[in-house]
Amino acid sequence: MDFELDQEQQMLAKTVSDFAKNESPVERFRKLRDDGTGYDPAVWRKMGELGWLGVPFVESVGGFGGSFIECAIVLENLATTLVPEPYLASVVLGGMTLARAGNATQHESYLTPMIEGESTLALAYSEAQSRYDVSAIETTATPDGSGYRLLGEKVWVLNGHRADHLIVSAKASGGVTLFVVPREAEGVNVTVAKTIDGQEAAFIKLDNVAVADDARLGEEGSGAVVLDRTMDYAAAAAVAEGVGIATTMLQMTVDYLGTREQFGVKIGSFQALQHRAVDMYAESELLRSISMASMVRADEEDPRTRRGDISAAKYQLATGGIWVAQQSLQLHGGIGVTDEHDIGLYFKRMYALNALFGDQEHHVARFASEPSSF
Amino acid sequence: MNLTFTEEEDAFRQEVRAWMQEAMPEGLRRAAQGAGGLNFEESVEWHKLLYAKGWIAPHWPKELGGTGWDATRRFIFNEELEMVGALRISVLGLSMVGPLIMQFGTEAQKQRFLPKILRGEEFWCQGYSEPNAGSDLASLRMTAEDAGDHFIVNGQKTWTSWAQNADWIFCLVRTDPAAAKKQNGITFLLVDLKTPGVDVKPMLTLGHAPAFCDTFFDNVKVPKENIVGGLNQGWTVAKALLGHERTLLALIGPSRHVLHKLKHIASTKTVNRRPMLEDPKWRAKIARLEMRFRAHLMVSYRALSDQQKGKMPGPEASILKLVGTKLIQELTELAMEVMGENSLTWYNEGVCAPIEESIGPYFCYERSATIYGGSNEIQRNVIAKMILQLPSR
Repeated sequence: MDFELDQEQQMLAKTVSDFAKNESPVERFRKLRDDGTGYDPAVWRKMGELGWLGVPFVESVGGFGGSFIECAIVLENLATTLVPEPYLASVVLGGMTLARAGNATQHESYLTPMIEGESTLALAYSEAQSRYDVSAIETTATPDGSGYRLLGEKVWVLNGHRADHLIVSAKASGGVTLFVVPREAEGVNVTVAKTIDGQEAAFIKLDNVAVADDARLGEEGSGAVVLDRTMDYAAAAAVAEGVGIATTMLQMTVDYLGTREQFGVKIGSFQALQHRAVDMYAESELLRSISMASMVRADEEDPRTRRGDISAAKYQLATGGIWVAQQSLQLHGGIGVTDEHDIGLYFKRMYALNALFGDQEHHVARFASEPSSF
Repeated sequence: MNLTFTEEEDAFRQEVRAWMQEAMPEGLRRAAQGAGGLNFEESVEWHKLLYAKGWIAPHWPKELGGTGWDATRRFIFNEELEMVGALRISVLGLSMVGPLIMQFGTEAQKQRFLPKILRGEEFWCQGYSEPNAGSDLASLRMTAEDAGDHFIVNGQKTWTSWAQNADWIFCLVRTDPAAAKKQNGITFLLVDLKTPGVDVKPMLTLGHAPAFCDTFFDNVKVPKENIVGGLNQGWTVAKALLGHERTLLALIGPSRHVLHKLKHIASTKTVNRRPMLEDPKWRAKIARLEMRFRAHLMVSYRALSDQQKGKMPGPEASILKLVGTKLIQELTELAMEVMGENSLTWYNEGVCAPIEESIGPYFCYERSATIYGGSNEIQRNVIAKMILQLPSR
């Protein structure tokens, strides 16, 4: 039993946190949001050079052979200043899926350049009717010559409008199957939609997109198992980000309580507000603690030992994490509901994380249906 | 980072579990799982069995009768102990006054008191709260007047759990009424309950265990050698105990125990003619609390991981009492809900299954969890000040 990060992990946390503070303060997120740029490919390349994009991948594909823990460390620390580069979309969703499903040639073509910061990925897995079920899709993959034709519509594809390559799930005769599709391929129609947290996502129409056989990741029908696994990584990733968000919001709120004066005193001296702040502290420490469990469990092959803590962590984000976000806003008073103040930006990000990769009801039901939980 | 117990630690858990299965007599086992838990005599019998095995005080130094186990093994042992039947009155000696005597007591006090605590020959109770000194403990008024080589003690202590069975009481008494700061006029004093002038009046708690008492002191003569930690130093001694209590009150073992009982009860009851445990709605209710328990467990594992390395637990350990006591109340409340009409039962025999009979009294008993050991509201005051460093008025 050891909850301490090792020395290299501590160093990684410090480097990312320093980068976030010094090179990507919240103003940068704001500027890129307002001018419509979203994020900066040059910063992405830099993250590649620093090795952050390869932390969970094996050395043979250009990675650093770490574990998901390193991924979670990067995510938590980038979240503290809302760094907008698509780490979650490209490294976790796209990268982890590709790493598990692809062969060596596919790794070399798509994964290695992403790890180097030369390209980004996106995972197009969700459809209007999916509701967190990766198998509930209607997109089809019909054999055509030696390849396939993809037909269907994907929703809320994170980084789907900027990624070089999309990983698309479709139903082939053998079941849910994954394909790599260049975003600029003929028949890929991308519509950009703004998201609540000041970012963007893509709605993607696949209009009989032709893909060669070597664009298929793994066997026909192997996609659902891989995607299920990716969703666990993604949930753990969202929680890690949520820890960064919750901790930052708590600190901002405690600072505000210690400076804002009303009735001639600091409002942090009022017991009602002190007790609220302590409960926020408790919820954020519960979130951090169960997040540690989920980031360790994410790499476990056996779903019986993997899923429980991941669902418990996402549940804590949906309950405790969301509550911290709500109370942070409340305790800031009027200034908290302006766009000018940063606290609301974090608030919205927490809700985005909450809605992705299984909400509260989804994870309660999953935990409850797991025989090993009971 | 590594969240698993080692093979040796797992083997240790099995060893502890196997011994407890074998060593605990059937009568004790039934009593521990039934309404009200172990009574005084049963708890003493269990204490002596653990003492004979050498496992009564794992957290004491080895030379004083401890086991020499590391923090992780102590944690595992406690969990297993709480699953089969926790000790009751013994805790006041073993975990409260004992460690304070070790830390602040004289050599003579250590030799006089510690072996008897260990062997289960003397039991202790706590004399802190008074009718007008609860959360504001420092305003306590029980007096100890200097009478040469002894004090004359007068006043009343309340919520003195198990005083009717105890041999000794450790008290906070006022020795300097003129002290500028009221915390500075308090002394930590050990009083033999058999001394003339001491009167113990038990009262029933909500759980109907005769656990609480009022204890009255009428011109009680107490030798000065019974001071622990020096005259007017009582507040410092008492604060050290709060540090010992912090991880004790996470209630990990009891929560796990109730969770097991809860699932067992849900598997024996039906809703729409099917076992409740197969009903998605009821499973979801249980799942929510079990997920909360997992998060809470991870906070206490973080504290354990620090202790295992010989470090003080981090500031997050301060929330353990707050979260754990609320959780045990929610768990016992859900157990009541699962029982439906059976939750009406109150100390019956043969009306409901024994495991169901145990729930109501325990549910009532743990209403005190958010009050004892510093009420949760006081805990919040302390965390706001000490950890979040919010301004005071």
